[in-house]
Amino acid sequence: MSERKQAPERPPRGMMVKPQKGTFKPIIRVMRYVLKDYKFHFLAVIGCIVISALATLSMTLFTKSLIDVYIIPLMGKINPDFSPLARRLMTLACVLAVGVLCNYSMNRIMIMVSQGSLKRLRTELFNKMESLPLTYFDTHARGDIMSVYTNDIDTLRQVISQSIPQLISSSISLISTLVSMIVLNLPLTALSLLMVFFSLRITAKLSSMSGKYFVQRQKDLGKVNGYIEEMMQGQKVIKVFCHEDKSIEEFEKLNNNLRESARNANSIVNIIMPVNGNMGNISYVLVAIVGAILALHGFSGLTLGALVTFMSLNKSFSMPITQVSQQFSSIVMASAGAGRVFEMMDQKPEEDNGYVELVRARIDENGNITETDELTETWAWKHRHQADGSVTYRKLEGAVTFDGVDFGYNPDKMVLHDIKMYANPGQKLAFVGSTGAGKTTVVNLINRFYDIQDGKIRFDEINVNKIKKADLRRSLGVVLQDTHLFTGSVMENIRFGRLDATDDQCIAAAKLANADGFIRRLPNGYDTILRNDGANLSQGQRQLIAIARAAVANPPALILDEATSSIDTRTERLVQKGMDALMNGRTSFVIAHRLSTVKNADCIMVMEKGRIIERGTHDELLAQKGRYYRLYTGNNE
Amino acid sequence: MVKTLLSQIGKYRKQAILTPILVSAEVFMEILIPFVTAMIIDKGINGGNLNNVIRYGAIMLALALVSLFFGIKAGQTAATASTGFSTNLRDSMYRRIQSFSFSNIDRFSTAGLVTRMTTDVTNVENAFQMTLRIAVRAPLMMILSMVMCFMINVRLTLVFLVGLVFLGFGLFLIMYKVMPVFKRLFEKYDELNASIQENVTGIRVVKAFVREDFEKEKFGKAAWWIYSLSVKAEKMLAFNAPIMMSVVYFCMILLAWLGAHFIVAGEMTTGNLTSLFSYVISMLMSMMMISMVFVMLSMSLASARRISEVLTEEPDIRNPENPVMQVKDGSIDFDNVQFTYRKGSGESTLRDIDLHIRSGETIGIIGATGSGKSTLVSLISRLYDVTSGTVRVGGTDVRNYDLEVLRNNVAVVLQKNEIFSGTILDNLRWGNEEATLEQCRHACALACADEFIENMKDKYDTWIEQGGTNISGGQKQRLCIARALLKNPKVLILDDSTSAVDTATDAKIRKAFAQNIPDTTKLIISQRISSVQNADRIIVLDDGAVNGFDTHDNLLRNNQIYKEICDVQMQSGGDFDEKMN
Repeated sequence: MSERKQAPERPPRGMMVKPQKGTFKPIIRVMRYVLKDYKFHFLAVIGCIVISALATLSMTLFTKSLIDVYIIPLMGKINPDFSPLARRLMTLACVLAVGVLCNYSMNRIMIMVSQGSLKRLRTELFNKMESLPLTYFDTHARGDIMSVYTNDIDTLRQVISQSIPQLISSSISLISTLVSMIVLNLPLTALSLLMVFFSLRITAKLSSMSGKYFVQRQKDLGKVNGYIEEMMQGQKVIKVFCHEDKSIEEFEKLNNNLRESARNANSIVNIIMPVNGNMGNISYVLVAIVGAILALHGFSGLTLGALVTFMSLNKSFSMPITQVSQQFSSIVMASAGAGRVFEMMDQKPEEDNGYVELVRARIDENGNITETDELTETWAWKHRHQADGSVTYRKLEGAVTFDGVDFGYNPDKMVLHDIKMYANPGQKLAFVGSTGAGKTTVVNLINRFYDIQDGKIRFDEINVNKIKKADLRRSLGVVLQDTHLFTGSVMENIRFGRLDATDDQCIAAAKLANADGFIRRLPNGYDTILRNDGANLSQGQRQLIAIARAAVANPPALILDEATSSIDTRTERLVQKGMDALMNGRTSFVIAHRLSTVKNADCIMVMEKGRIIERGTHDELLAQKGRYYRLYTGNNE
Repeated sequence: MVKTLLSQIGKYRKQAILTPILVSAEVFMEILIPFVTAMIIDKGINGGNLNNVIRYGAIMLALALVSLFFGIKAGQTAATASTGFSTNLRDSMYRRIQSFSFSNIDRFSTAGLVTRMTTDVTNVENAFQMTLRIAVRAPLMMILSMVMCFMINVRLTLVFLVGLVFLGFGLFLIMYKVMPVFKRLFEKYDELNASIQENVTGIRVVKAFVREDFEKEKFGKAAWWIYSLSVKAEKMLAFNAPIMMSVVYFCMILLAWLGAHFIVAGEMTTGNLTSLFSYVISMLMSMMMISMVFVMLSMSLASARRISEVLTEEPDIRNPENPVMQVKDGSIDFDNVQFTYRKGSGESTLRDIDLHIRSGETIGIIGATGSGKSTLVSLISRLYDVTSGTVRVGGTDVRNYDLEVLRNNVAVVLQKNEIFSGTILDNLRWGNEEATLEQCRHACALACADEFIENMKDKYDTWIEQGGTNISGGQKQRLCIARALLKNPKVLILDDSTSAVDTATDAKIRKAFAQNIPDTTKLIISQRISSVQNADRIIVLDDGAVNGFDTHDNLLRNNQIYKEICDVQMQSGGDFDEKMN
């Protein structure tokens, strides 16, 4: 659980986050990504926003004419004629109706754009992830990868569907209001802008103050959550050691620290809104007073009606500014998330320069191999020679050779040195040695999970680098210690080994693996749904399904990582039998934990610190009285 | 449920009550401001009276400052109250969890408890702060705006009351329709995340079976579901803004038309009309806010429920009244014990257990997975209570002991053991806070842990990462044994605690036990015959019942199951796992 990352906090409303250099790069890229598919949609959205903003503005401007043009002239008349007003209102109603319609269309289009882009983003991200080499998964914590899908994509959703449209509409109303204000009166506009400037300065100041507390709060929250995770994990140990009071004491300390910093941070954020709002009020009063002086003294041609309009514009001026600054902050925050999304998108996928393919084949009496579309059970490597374009076939048999293989997960630290081995088709090779000796690494090289630094690995005498990865892996079955079953029925999990396998073939594989018995006893037999990596099954049962999964693929070669402890003797015997049945007639590489597996191996490799230090059959190795002998007799001194 | 949570406000009640009051005061000021605005226009500007402009301007300025003051105060008290509330929630949950018995813990999973204490608390905290600030502000704003409107003009106000009802109805309908879609959407999100998680953890299997395309297709389908449900939900929500805008515009136009008539007829001033406009907007805005609060509150309801589940869970093992504070010796007796994890389910995990173990004996326990070995020993330190029968330690029913006394005298090294972040010494001192370095060294020597500790750079001050990730499984197990030894217990239980330790070391540890703590009763659960065969007696468990309880030799002769296990392990020569720790 330790790798689980704290979800990035979104900034509270009204807070401004200072952007750093290059902050917007990922967001610009998001925009480009969205625009690629939805250029015209976006144009339509902007059109809608403009129209709907104009409609709103026409409403505001109407207020001015309402009093000056339509009401004041009528005042004191005996038979006032309201028909001009009626006509004006009718046109206004039409304009507003168009505005509402545009607003609705904008929302609808934005839904298509944002959800469509997100779907594409998710799918592409996942497809990319599936193509990444194992090194990526080794070097990135599971929680971090998950958080890209959950937190980061979610912040992008906010940006695409809310922040950007609102930013556009706020900017438009800001500009249109500003233009109207300038047209009405320049000095008053200057005054308004000055007030807006002050208000922004104050907000920025408060934000940077709270920013400090926010960092502290995040730190404290991380500590509290980390502590909770660790203690919940070890809750039973706490009980057994009567450690409850001490852990409560420790927790309260952390919890109170969090309260302090959270309170400080929230307090400041909470006052940003009232400060902004009331700055607007103060600005309003100042405009009223200055405007009144100007109007009464006839300066700069300001009429009273224009002043009233200006005052209402002034009011609607501060709102979009607050909005813009808010959206701006959330975009800055989302940018970090977008950066992480693209970082994964930009990873280099697993390279595959292989050109040797696996094809279904038919072999005649003379041993000639021909390619066929029929569902034969015979397979052959189709080798298209690059030099002259000629094609040769070689039967798939499962011979594996390692010739002087060196390997390191990173080039400056080799973990395997000069590995040499040879497995004839059908032979069984066992690896023994302590944890970290390199057993798993060796078998990971056979199906090219990693690429070697030096030496050669050959499969059926073909350099594995030349074989298409997918075909190489298809010819190698694996049963890992961590079984990794998938959500779905038992049948689907077995069929994972070969997608076109019939139900009968899956059941036959389960029988071979000794899994049929227990599967039939499950509540829904083969249709029982497994969840959470088969959490409702025992370790042994999961292992049996994993064996069946490998069996249904029917590969010529196998990689087996034996289960370690925690399986009781009876299940263990079932697993053992299943494995033996599976290995029968196939080239097998077994990471062995039990002597019974090792005994009948054709060759046993004893590994230590990345080297094979002893090799031979069980009897040969016992006779050597070396490391293997000491392991076997349990005599470690 | 809400009551349970609200009682957690505790000493922050003052702030929690003060916030709505301050917010109300702020709202009052904000409501008055448009009124004064009207004055500025009517009496000042329209009348061409600069003095009035300044006078009312000053009033408005004063109101703005007062409102600012209340706003700031309210923001601070809201922050204090809500963070205090969440702190109390976490604290109470943590305390409650500490009082949980094993069966309480089993009921909630570890991951479940963590989410409840982290994400759920954050959700509730946000909802709480929002309630304090907005849930009061919005309705009050609406009512006051309405009052002001009525004061200005009763007939006009009726106009937008109609609009308001219409808006409220529309918003409610949308929410009602959209909630179930959101629920389904969240379920699909869970599925999507599960699928990602499976692929991240099982990437080796996916790649080994060349199932990338298959998984991509599966994911594509899940992503499509998210897409179509999101679009469905958001399409409904997209009606929100147009409905709101239509109602506002409709009211404004009607207001303009009727207002014009009223003004011309001299029943209203132009300033009044402007104020009415702004009151209408703030009224409808508050309506919108109320519906938003409603949605957010109902979303946090699930979190609130999950928190209150923890808070109201009754720990089912408690200290007895007048507890026994002394454990006489390490004898253990099971008298006709039955045990089931789920009461009333009829599935018994242990049946008719009748065992009598003398103080100082070494007892091996063997049996298949699920035969009840771990359950059996957890009854001894009262990690679970028996369903019927009695378990006695030192001749006294375990239910009569003070829990701490009992658990300090019956040390258990759990199968799933944990090491905590901290130095090795910190971890060892869980067993005994006052243990000297010398005592710790001694315990480590018995557990064969001294050697690898001495080889570490910082020795006993070596920092252990969370979950003990920087030491091997075998090393972790040995540290756990040493930690339990430091309790100096009368009964020591090792639940498969040496599975990752090589056979030779395993033997050495057992030998050290026999020599150094001969008076401690030792119970050893193991899958390996070699770990138990030298015990004084061995319990063979089969499907929750005792199948045999005798010495190795006798069992070999008389017990079918034991013999079978022996045969398998002897013929295969034991196991090979991680022998070179």
